[in-house]
Amino acid sequence: MMQLALEVGQTAQPEAIMFWILGPMAVAAALGMLLVKKAVHSAILMAFVMIVLAIFYIAQDAVFLGIVQIVVYTGAVMMLFLFILMLVGVDSSDSLIETIPGLRPIAFTAAIGFGGLMVSLLGRATLGRDAIGLAAANADGNVEGIAMLLFSTYVFPFEVVSALLITAAMGAMVLAHQHRTTARPTQRQLSINRFRGASLGTAAGLPGPGVYARHNAVDVPALLPDGTPAPTSVNASLEARGDMLDYKSFDLAEVNTQIEEEK
Amino acid sequence: MDASNYLYISALLFTIGAVGVVVRRNAIVVFMCIELMLNASNLSLVTFSRINGDLDGQVMAFFTMVVAACEVVVGLAIIVAIYRSRRSASVDDASLLKR
Repeated sequence: MMQLALEVGQTAQPEAIMFWILGPMAVAAALGMLLVKKAVHSAILMAFVMIVLAIFYIAQDAVFLGIVQIVVYTGAVMMLFLFILMLVGVDSSDSLIETIPGLRPIAFTAAIGFGGLMVSLLGRATLGRDAIGLAAANADGNVEGIAMLLFSTYVFPFEVVSALLITAAMGAMVLAHQHRTTARPTQRQLSINRFRGASLGTAAGLPGPGVYARHNAVDVPALLPDGTPAPTSVNASLEARGDMLDYKSFDLAEVNTQIEEEK
Repeated sequence: MDASNYLYISALLFTIGAVGVVVRRNAIVVFMCIELMLNASNLSLVTFSRINGDLDGQVMAFFTMVVAACEVVVGLAIIVAIYRSRRSASVDDASLLKR
């Protein structure tokens, strides 16, 4: 079988094995991107597809692009996506109910039509010759070959693209900028607010958790000088999740203060 | 295996990305699907570069990557700006012009 495959003038066998393992995985991951509910899972699947594409680039003698794909796409772009996802709310999962009636069947029909068209087009098109391969073009090394093209034939697009990068950075700064609607409070104002506030109890800051309590952990409220627990000393999000230990059991009145004699 | 098999994968990934742009409604997922389409076109550029035996396709793929990086920076800034004013990252909620 292998002999037959080699006889018909096909490319190296290891590449074919790699392709038939990774190709379906990439397509499956891309399909999963459409179907999973959480945006974070989509991002992870997308990163997987990008890594597979990087492997494909390297297998096709595009070593520079393969490394750039990993560094720029999986490293920078996908992490930026994840960063924004964390900022915008990880748990805001997409509801999969369609708002425009009939959108989904139309979309899938159009996709099957488009995909079928592309695939049948590729199947029918013939180049009339075999693939040349990049052995000659990469003779001086792939990076050197690309650099030679980039700084001779494509030097003007290269400069334009650099201008585009700077403009994009400026644009992002402009879009992300926020004007203050109120004046920044001064040190003096902050101090006055702290002492003229609702109670003097928090004037020196909130007590830390676990201080003088029976455990030295963040989920245990501190004990105030009079022995009562201070629930404000525990982080509000711990309290909201219900992870705070029941502070009533830490009230000194409940604790057995009888010292037992050691035997 | 023929080099054009990569083109089939590229066409499939592009189609999946296009469906994602239409079907999904979280703006960030829509954006990721656009990235998937750009990546698919990059794969076909690299494959054509191999078929033709010159590096021009790879240089074009390189330019596509740079433009995609710019697009991500600006697009995500827009998404964050919309999220700040509307508290939502769904593309259906930004429908102020409809009413």
